[in-house]
Amino acid sequence: MTRKYLFAGFGGQGLLFSGKVLAYKGLIEDKNVSWLPSYGPEMRGGTASCGVTISDDPIGAPIVLEPDVLVAMNLPSLDKYESKVEPGGYIFVDSSLIERKVQRDDVKVYYVPATKLAGEIGASTLANMILVGKLLKELGDYDEETVDKALGKCISARHADLLDLNRKAMETGRDYK
Amino acid sequence: METVFKRPKSLIDVPFHYCPGCTHGIVHRLVAEAIDELGIEGRTVGIAPVGCSVMAYDYFACDMIEAAHGRAPAVATGVKRSDPDNLIVFTYQGDGDLASIGTAETVHAAARNENITVIFINNAIYGMTGGQMAPTSLPGQVTQTSPYGRDPKACGYPVKICEMLSELQGPEYLERVTVNNVKNVRNAKRAIKKAFQNQIDGKGFSLIEVLSSCPTNWGMTPKDALKWIDDHMIPYYPLGVYKDRSNGIDKFAAKED
Amino acid sequence: MSEKVLMKGNEAIAEAAIMAGCRHYFGYPITPQTEIAAYMAKRMPKIGGTFLQAESEIAAINMVYGVSSAGKRVMTSSSSPGISLKGEGISYLAGTDLPAVIVNAQRGGPGLGGIQPSQSDYFQATRGGGHGDYHIIVLAPSSVQEMAELTIKAFELADEYLMPAMVLADGTTGQMMEPVSFDFEIKEPPAKPWATTGTKCERPHNIANSLYLDPEKLERINNERYKRYEIVKEKEAKAEEYLTEDAEIVVTGFGIAARIARNAVDEARAKGIKAGLIRPITLWPFPDKPFKKAAEHAKRFISVELSMGQMIEDVKLATECRVPVDLCYRVGGMIPSPAQVLESIEKAAQEVK
Repeated sequence: MTRKYLFAGFGGQGLLFSGKVLAYKGLIEDKNVSWLPSYGPEMRGGTASCGVTISDDPIGAPIVLEPDVLVAMNLPSLDKYESKVEPGGYIFVDSSLIERKVQRDDVKVYYVPATKLAGEIGASTLANMILVGKLLKELGDYDEETVDKALGKCISARHADLLDLNRKAMETGRDYK
Repeated sequence: METVFKRPKSLIDVPFHYCPGCTHGIVHRLVAEAIDELGIEGRTVGIAPVGCSVMAYDYFACDMIEAAHGRAPAVATGVKRSDPDNLIVFTYQGDGDLASIGTAETVHAAARNENITVIFINNAIYGMTGGQMAPTSLPGQVTQTSPYGRDPKACGYPVKICEMLSELQGPEYLERVTVNNVKNVRNAKRAIKKAFQNQIDGKGFSLIEVLSSCPTNWGMTPKDALKWIDDHMIPYYPLGVYKDRSNGIDKFAAKED
Repeated sequence: MSEKVLMKGNEAIAEAAIMAGCRHYFGYPITPQTEIAAYMAKRMPKIGGTFLQAESEIAAINMVYGVSSAGKRVMTSSSSPGISLKGEGISYLAGTDLPAVIVNAQRGGPGLGGIQPSQSDYFQATRGGGHGDYHIIVLAPSSVQEMAELTIKAFELADEYLMPAMVLADGTTGQMMEPVSFDFEIKEPPAKPWATTGTKCERPHNIANSLYLDPEKLERINNERYKRYEIVKEKEAKAEEYLTEDAEIVVTGFGIAARIARNAVDEARAKGIKAGLIRPITLWPFPDKPFKKAAEHAKRFISVELSMGQMIEDVKLATECRVPVDLCYRVGGMIPSPAQVLESIEKAAQEVK
């Protein structure tokens, strides 16, 4: 099976990091993975995106044009990518930042007020990880042990406090109904 | 009988290709004498430029590299960094090479205080290509490409390398000398040797600018050419030490970190 | 280090270079390859190596020339406009028969162009790039694992054949992260008795030089160099073949284009079209043999490129124009999609029926 994820939003929302945690989780599970960011000036405040592919087979193009899973963290991203999501796919929307609803009815949509929840748990920069928690839960992919290992790979040992906070954010997303 | 004058060991026994009266030969000899006297021939690497001294690699007995036009300080940086504790690296460059096409490499090697020795031949003309205007050609100087005399309004003023580099905090030692008489040759020898000694002592970038003659392209006899240095070049390019950090000649002395 | 780690392609190149014994790196910032310089800046001081941010690309390649003359493994990296500036130095390295590794993470051109991925420096790389008759070895990685592998290979080939070797990547392969294992066996570099390391007053002086004013001698040196190139062509040309054995439509592309093409080939096969893929891994020498072989049964070739069609000329040469070659391309930093390649395949399949 191959699953293509696209994280899209503003630069600075941790899109690349969320993608990296997801990619590492895939690597730990012995899957083929690739991670590709948009780069250049758009990283500095404009719309940014990061595509992740996780597959049982060797990965061809690492560029995610038609994602199975879209995480949208601002309105321009939802506008740009909503129509690209594969039928039967998933869209996760940060409903604190995006007021409108998804128009399509052939995809599963989850609205998570991730930015608001992040503020509530004292992790205002980790809305992205709340969405990753929710995403893994809904895809039936939330395995505490591999999530922990993946976070460990992406956060250096010197920042153990961040590890706890990221875990908490992911759990918040996982448990959000 | 004691031999009091002979070819330095660091020069290979082959005839130079330089024109009669050209001072490249004198400067080659001074560099070779300095290398001999400091006992560093076996660990010295020289970088030849593009210009009249392009074939300097055939004359010096140490290992030699021929660099692209103007790039000798960058090549020297690479060589020096490949074995900084052992190798002694010098470049030998003319005015077109060092002060025109290679200005950036010169300035930045100096700014880094790269621990190398630069021998800079300033004869105010492009010799090898047949006498075109150099970055150091004097105002009014007639050359093949300034047939009515160098007009500063149209082609700017000469570049004074020692003065310019002395504005940088980086370099260790900058001196301008000439080789147009015996006294000046002896003084040039002292400066060149010191520039190598500085490198041995790890002090950094040393550049010796040597005002030189080009009788062929200046259209003069060798004797007149030497006099022209006195009459025209030295007034424009005053001789002397422009920077000698270890000996307090340094406008940054008070502000050093 | 056999455990797989997630790494950016650019970082994998830097780490592999260090594994290969490269202790000198000179560069100048330019997107999208600056990660290489940043990685080297961090690592080199810790392992007794040299990282130096040069004043220009020109200075950087000449610093490379200096280290290489002195017999040490050395690397520089840049992206398209910066590689143009290095052209002079690369020609000198070739003319002096010096090994060195140059990385080009290509971006769109010409001129300042853009910063998004491209493959439009194919001609520049495979034809040498600077003045004079010469070639450099050009390796085209298509995954992060290959970025590491081929960087090490570049050092080995450069040393073996005494010529510069280029890793021709692009913005995508440089920026993407994939698992990579550094489980490599590194061969000891060969002895370099020609290096300018100081005579120690024990041997005649070595000269690193590309100037030969005697035309007969310069002709002889060129001829000798090209004899060496023939050996490289014979021994080092390399490509990966995928489903080519019975292919009627043979798609080809290198680097990132090959990965896109591979998806399209799979989709075409699923639709019953006999499609296959040849992915050149060395661009110079160009792997003629698999193309010649495929031309015996293929009815159409399709060259997939992030350029206006450069490699397509080598495909035509390799197949001696016996089979038509289509071009499927995007430029300017745009990337062809698998769907676009599939469309080309379907169109070709229709035409050859």
